[in-house]
Amino acid sequence: MLYREAGDFKTTYVADNQTFPLKLDRIGFWVTMAVAWLVIPFVINDYWASSLLVPFLIYAIAAIGLNILTGYCGQVSLGTGGFMAVGAYACYKLMTSFPDVNIMIHIVLAGGITAMVGAAFGLPSLRIKGFYLAVATLAAQFFLVWLFNKVSWFYNYSASGQISAPERLVAGVAVTGPSTPAWAQYLICLFFVTVCAIIARNLTRGTLGRSWMAIRDMDIAAEIIGVNPLKAKLTAFAVSSFFVGIAGALFFAVYLGAVEVGEAFGIQKSFLVLFMIIIGGLGSIFGSFAGAAFLVLLPVALKWIGVDVMGWPTDLVAHFQLVIVGALIMFFLIKEPHGLAQLWRLAKEKLRLWPFPH
Amino acid sequence: MSADFLYGIEVVINGLMAGVLYALVALGFVLIYKASGIFNYAQGVMALFSALTLAGIMSGQVPFAHLINAIFGTDIHYFGWNVPVLAAIILTLIVMVIFAWCVQRFVFRHLVGQEPIILFMATIGLAYFLEGVGDLMWGSDIKTLNVGLPQGGSRFVEDATAGLGGDDFFGFFIDKLDMVATVVAIILVAGLIAFSQYTKQGRAMRAVADDHQAALSVGISLNFIWVLVWSLAGLVALVAGIMWGAKSGVQFSLSLIALKALPVLMLGGFTSIPGAIVGGLIIGVGEKLFEYLIGAPYLGGATENWFAYVLALLFLVFRPQGLFGERIIERV
Repeated sequence: MLYREAGDFKTTYVADNQTFPLKLDRIGFWVTMAVAWLVIPFVINDYWASSLLVPFLIYAIAAIGLNILTGYCGQVSLGTGGFMAVGAYACYKLMTSFPDVNIMIHIVLAGGITAMVGAAFGLPSLRIKGFYLAVATLAAQFFLVWLFNKVSWFYNYSASGQISAPERLVAGVAVTGPSTPAWAQYLICLFFVTVCAIIARNLTRGTLGRSWMAIRDMDIAAEIIGVNPLKAKLTAFAVSSFFVGIAGALFFAVYLGAVEVGEAFGIQKSFLVLFMIIIGGLGSIFGSFAGAAFLVLLPVALKWIGVDVMGWPTDLVAHFQLVIVGALIMFFLIKEPHGLAQLWRLAKEKLRLWPFPH
Repeated sequence: MSADFLYGIEVVINGLMAGVLYALVALGFVLIYKASGIFNYAQGVMALFSALTLAGIMSGQVPFAHLINAIFGTDIHYFGWNVPVLAAIILTLIVMVIFAWCVQRFVFRHLVGQEPIILFMATIGLAYFLEGVGDLMWGSDIKTLNVGLPQGGSRFVEDATAGLGGDDFFGFFIDKLDMVATVVAIILVAGLIAFSQYTKQGRAMRAVADDHQAALSVGISLNFIWVLVWSLAGLVALVAGIMWGAKSGVQFSLSLIALKALPVLMLGGFTSIPGAIVGGLIIGVGEKLFEYLIGAPYLGGATENWFAYVLALLFLVFRPQGLFGERIIERV
């Protein structure tokens, strides 16, 4: 009753092919967009931006990127943190080398550089697969972090070994640097999230996305029916790294402002993004958002319940967080391998018939 | 002989010793992988957990003390006794067996028949879970683990080899603990091989590794074998945990050695116990030599962090099944 498709007829192929076939979904999408673009920027404050919304949006981009590689193309990567570091350092070098160019262009270029690095590290995927590949991507993770630590050219020979974002303006408003207003931080991230999600959604339902899914479901069979595995796998690595690189650039330039590579882009970050797509749903753009939201909210919620309500010491709550995240991962893999996105789909199925299921 | 050359040899020997420790962790992986096809990422955290448990039991800590204190407002930390080493090791083993049973009963029984990569991701979740439980039970502060193993460099080796070089060579510096670890590793491997060759349960284990369905049809209980294998992996983890814990203290970084065991396995092959050992030795020697010859002089050092992975990566491109692994055959 609440959610129905009755009366939602399609008379053209264009109408049949649209992203959200149901009218209710379309309305929901535009309402969400309207709230995100027109309401939140006016009510946002520093706390909401820095602890929830900005990290959520940035992780959503990273999760979309990893989901393309792992969820759609079936290649598990544990190098997300390393690729985010590539995006961050590329953005930093571009920002400091060409200070007059708009930061938006730098962020996109940083994504492009990451895409090239990602494709290079994707080369072994042509020979190896499964967890062999997962371990091989660990090589990328450790090598890249070491590289950015040791080669001082990457951090402009600064004494601390950190990189920190200089102030850059977009349309006269600072979006990086310490004096950035919360709404500007939020809006630039929202812009990239929107663009990335639209690109990803349309890539995954086109030829390229179908060849990725064919490789995921069974690579040998896909090769026999004419999918080029070289092209499919390398484009998956490149596109995935492009998004992850943008996420890394935003994470450094907009969100943190100053970054120490081992701390911000270590192996824990790779696992965090992987967990987001497992919990959110492998092979689903909506799932990337759901997983990112879940794992950004969880620590905040746990801290609120544990420290503020129950009065427990913070380290105890941090330990509980590990237990809960680990248990959730196992629970989702056992009960619902397609994650929150599948739960949402099931809920919609139920809602179609509710309240008269027979 | 020139002193430089002798230093090179010393680096190789120390690399071999470090390789033994990698191989110890890798052994646990191979055991589980052969019997159940699960690539157990949590092996390193199991080593950490067992070392934490051993240290906790020995010093008479109250399990979950922080949690109990936070909930009930009490202030308890220690029972006030010290458990002798041997008893503590046995108690820890019991804990690891219970853990093995729980893992089998609550997680992997429900994942039978899933794709390997799903199982792999489940063990990553298990690693997080176990790490959290370990911290909750025993606290996250760094503990020292003293089970009476010798520490420091061996004077004997140093004196005996001092005469090899010139005046500026003072003999090989070899950690006593590494020597003990080597001996323990040899005993452990011999024991495991004897167990799998000559006992009923060991043979059943090998049968399961060969073919699950055939093993089922001759009346071998898969559930029992899997619990057994996870318990054995727990035992190996405990040994590795004791060695690493005695070397560098019981702390979170202990679980990162598990990651080092991954390239070891890729080099040696996931299904081969000798492969795990040879792979461990190659990685141990390789990364120490690379650091000594190329890393420290030209690349700014700390190459040990990634050398093993890159070596394994290059190796895999040419021989995906590893040195001793079974040939990978794929069917559509």
